[in-house]
Amino acid sequence: MLLIRCPYCEEERPELEFRNAGEAHIARSANMAGESDDDFEKFFFIRSNPKGIIYERWRHMHGCARFFNAVRDTVTDKFIMTYRAGEPKPSKLPIISNEVVAK
Amino acid sequence: MSGAFRIPGAGRLKQAKTARFNFDGQSYTGIEGDTLASALLANGVHLVGRSFKYHRPRGILSAGAEEPNALVEIKRDAARKTPNVRATVQELYDGLEAQSQNRWPSLSFDVGAVNDIASPLFSAGFYYKTFMWPKAAWKSLYEPKIRAAAGLGISPDKPDPDHYSSRYAHCDVLVLGGGAAGIAAALAAAETGVRVILADEQAEFGGSLRFETGAGIDGQYGFAWAQAAIARLQGMDNVRVLPRTTAFGYYAQNFVGLVERVSDHLSAPGHDLPRERLWQVRAKRVVLASGAIERHMVFADNDRPGIMLAGSARTYLNHYGVAVGKNVGVYTANDSAYAAAIDLKKAGVNVAAIVDLRDHPTGPVIDEARALGIEVNFGRAVIRAGGKLRVSSMTVQPKNGGGERTIPVDAILMSAGWTPSVHLFSQSRGKVAFNDETKRFVPGTYAQDCVSVGACNGTDGLSATIDEAYAAGEKAAKDAAAKTAKSNKPKVDASESWSRGMLGAAPGAGPDTTVKAFVDFQNDVTAKDIRQAVHEGMRSIEHVKRFTTNGMATDQGKTSNMHGLAIAAEVLGKPIPEVGLTTFRAPYTPVTFGAIVSHARGPLFDPTRKTAIHPWGEAQGAVFEDVGQWKRAWYFPKGGEDMHAAVDRECVAVRKTAGLFDASTLGKIEVVGPDAAKFMELLYTNPWEKLEPGRCRYGIMLREDGFIYDDGVVGRLAPDRFHVTTTTGGAPRVMNHMEDYLQTEFPQLNVWLTSITEQWAVIAVQGPKSRDIIAPLVEGIDMSDEALPHMSVREGKICGVPTRLFRMSFTGERGFEVNVPADYGQAVWEALWAEGQKHGAAAYGTEAMHVLRAEKGYIIVGQDTDGTVTPNDAALDWAVGKKKADFVGIRGMARPDLVAKGRKQLVGLKTKDPKVVLEEGAQIVEDPKQAIPMKMIGHVTSSYWSENCGRSIALALVAGGRDRMGDTLYVPMPNGVIEVEVSGMVFFDETGGRLNG
Repeated sequence: MLLIRCPYCEEERPELEFRNAGEAHIARSANMAGESDDDFEKFFFIRSNPKGIIYERWRHMHGCARFFNAVRDTVTDKFIMTYRAGEPKPSKLPIISNEVVAK
Repeated sequence: MSGAFRIPGAGRLKQAKTARFNFDGQSYTGIEGDTLASALLANGVHLVGRSFKYHRPRGILSAGAEEPNALVEIKRDAARKTPNVRATVQELYDGLEAQSQNRWPSLSFDVGAVNDIASPLFSAGFYYKTFMWPKAAWKSLYEPKIRAAAGLGISPDKPDPDHYSSRYAHCDVLVLGGGAAGIAAALAAAETGVRVILADEQAEFGGSLRFETGAGIDGQYGFAWAQAAIARLQGMDNVRVLPRTTAFGYYAQNFVGLVERVSDHLSAPGHDLPRERLWQVRAKRVVLASGAIERHMVFADNDRPGIMLAGSARTYLNHYGVAVGKNVGVYTANDSAYAAAIDLKKAGVNVAAIVDLRDHPTGPVIDEARALGIEVNFGRAVIRAGGKLRVSSMTVQPKNGGGERTIPVDAILMSAGWTPSVHLFSQSRGKVAFNDETKRFVPGTYAQDCVSVGACNGTDGLSATIDEAYAAGEKAAKDAAAKTAKSNKPKVDASESWSRGMLGAAPGAGPDTTVKAFVDFQNDVTAKDIRQAVHEGMRSIEHVKRFTTNGMATDQGKTSNMHGLAIAAEVLGKPIPEVGLTTFRAPYTPVTFGAIVSHARGPLFDPTRKTAIHPWGEAQGAVFEDVGQWKRAWYFPKGGEDMHAAVDRECVAVRKTAGLFDASTLGKIEVVGPDAAKFMELLYTNPWEKLEPGRCRYGIMLREDGFIYDDGVVGRLAPDRFHVTTTTGGAPRVMNHMEDYLQTEFPQLNVWLTSITEQWAVIAVQGPKSRDIIAPLVEGIDMSDEALPHMSVREGKICGVPTRLFRMSFTGERGFEVNVPADYGQAVWEALWAEGQKHGAAAYGTEAMHVLRAEKGYIIVGQDTDGTVTPNDAALDWAVGKKKADFVGIRGMARPDLVAKGRKQLVGLKTKDPKVVLEEGAQIVEDPKQAIPMKMIGHVTSSYWSENCGRSIALALVAGGRDRMGDTLYVPMPNGVIEVEVSGMVFFDETGGRLNG
């Protein structure tokens, strides 16, 4: 079970308290009704599904109930960082080694 | 007498405390503290089971968790039967009953042993090759036969009457393994004051100190030191010591699963004791001290009962006081087996010979063995064992060939060396590294905050182990909690040490032979099988494993993996690290479902939600149905009525006089704030800004894709306050959906959302007499049609308690929904019920509610819609605000496919024969005579007998349905085709006059 840091509670809490809520930084158009079919398709259906770094939304469902964003590596399953909803996509990620070097 | 093979003065068990037990119908006596295996051996019983594939007689190989052979059924009563219990792990209790497995009619005469003679048929991959054709025979013949013949042990056929427990725990340092290394690490960490958990799978701590006679620490024998150290640790407030506890899984971020066997060792466990306890531990640092497992020698017929691991034979002698034979032979490729021979010899057991594969080994143990007069042979191999139900001899030959010599023995102790237990390290995603010098895989690159110490880290010798473990314990405490203490490191006075050994098949079981030299005892895999797998094209060790099933049994190859790998590597002509190691997976040893499930079964599997009015329904004899987690009154049978009669009566009563219905399970959300109306505009299709306070509106919620997500009546209590109702099942996801948009898409809106489902009990009073029933109890609300028209809401009092009184209807009758604080729900219900009785009102349940709403064509989201239905499909276009610039789903709803012609639309269906009630889910076709598969144009979503209409009624989704009004369609069923006519969705009171009637 992973530990996830809630950027609102500012605490690491067990995965059980959280729900994944899909990919992050997909903005809903201010002129939704006027979107073209292609733009709507991109907005609603197309997701990146990368091998590696993914930006995604989580909700601290059984805690503060806030939605927030997280950067996770889909290969190692490690959370690189979390940040509050509405904050911009981080331009630089902290470097986290996938391996702890032996003694 | 606790067995003829018990040696007076040997071992640590108290002879006085005897325990009687029963194996295969015969009774024996053992001693408290025995395992079933040691007690059987004390009685001279080696034959304890038959092997999986060839039904070969098998004995006890080991003295621990790695046991592949000695699997028995332990039976307490009819329901408490546990198959595949390792006799080497099961502690003896008075009255224990055990049975051997995989044999018929008896253990010594087993018909299935014909498989052994026919073994050329059953070589590696035989399933894949043999049962290929004819294809049809697989299902009818092969699979049932294989299933009947396969598997070990018999599953219990009754529900498990035991209970299990589970706990979460947090600590700074978790030490897994309670041998010398684990104890030293735990001491070092514990002395700093940090929170420590120390767990070991055995009943007693000490690990290999249980058999090592040459270990001395702090002026004590090793085992005595271990017990003193454990007593000290148990006395410390910051330490939790868990014996009989196996760490079975190492998960992300130092989350470790352990199972504690709480009562399986007790003769009569109290009912208050769980059988097992699951520990889910989150540790800041983990110290792995899981030790090493001895390997067997791979030679012909090395599976005969009486042939066992040398270290295990030593454990039986030095801990349990049991000699595993009277005349034992030793076959080894390293020093450790000498110690076993020496201990047995000193205990008075004859050691016929030591056969050492090495050419010129030297060392103190070899000198000591010779000094004791034991015959020692170098450069020789045991090429075969004699005997069947028990080993009777070993045949020795110089390893490069030459004259054979057969030595009579009644036991063979073997050791090919020790394999570090890297299971948990590997589960933590750490990468192992191969040490070419010692031929061992040891922890290489770590992936988590853990450290391996002692034998599992490839560290040889007690001094080096204690040094390493103590330092690791100190460092773990410092890293986890920045704590240090004055070093109090145990001092090693005397030590045993060995390493090396050999991997793979021994001489006499080489590539040019066809003998049965077992690599994996539990799955009956021989050296020949592994070579054959490579010859047949398996190149990856993962393929070799699956083709031969080497290491795939419940012991997960604890003794066999390294041998299998070495043999495959030899045939492939590659060095071992290039062939690679198969992945270690949880669980380390088998874990019961009970421990994993723990309390979460039966009524505790999922929460049960009951309304405030539930007890009244129960008292009235209501039949309940499950709706999500809710229990809802389904119908209220009176005087022997069946469901149909009750529902018909309830439906008629509502339309004739009135009915009371517990609608408390409706989801309820309060939307409050200056921007509440704006928020409602965005989340629902309807317009809300102009809805006056005190009025209600039926709202539809879409997802962004334009499909109906939920619906419900919404009352505006004040300009800034909406009382929103949702479907019973939809409440949590609607709340989540609203929160999602509020927090992330429309955070500028000043709105609060509160779930109030549990706060308000809801009593629906529906029918022509509804107002007459409610009015006498209400204060402060004008109940006239002018003051309180259909679709309005008022706040006031009923029976003296606050109410939100909705005038609304899900039946098509004049109706009210009385919301009162849940604590008053039952009292207000009873008051309304008393009033209702004066008018002949009935209580009605969810089934009548469904029928009544279907008579009016009111949809139920999730029944008449399925996540692919638009408001237009459901004929609810009128509820979509045409002038709105935005709402969730506005764009999705306009997608080309969602506005195309021929979409499935919700319509009514009337069967031509009014007595026939359609089946919900039944498919609809245009032409019943067409060839199968027919073109299906829709399906029935709701269907009931309507007593009020005097006929059956149905709703259906039909392609282009609204253009088919009056058309005849067909519903083909197994018993014939049903003719139906497409109709409007309203079957009763089409003009809707009764809402005000």
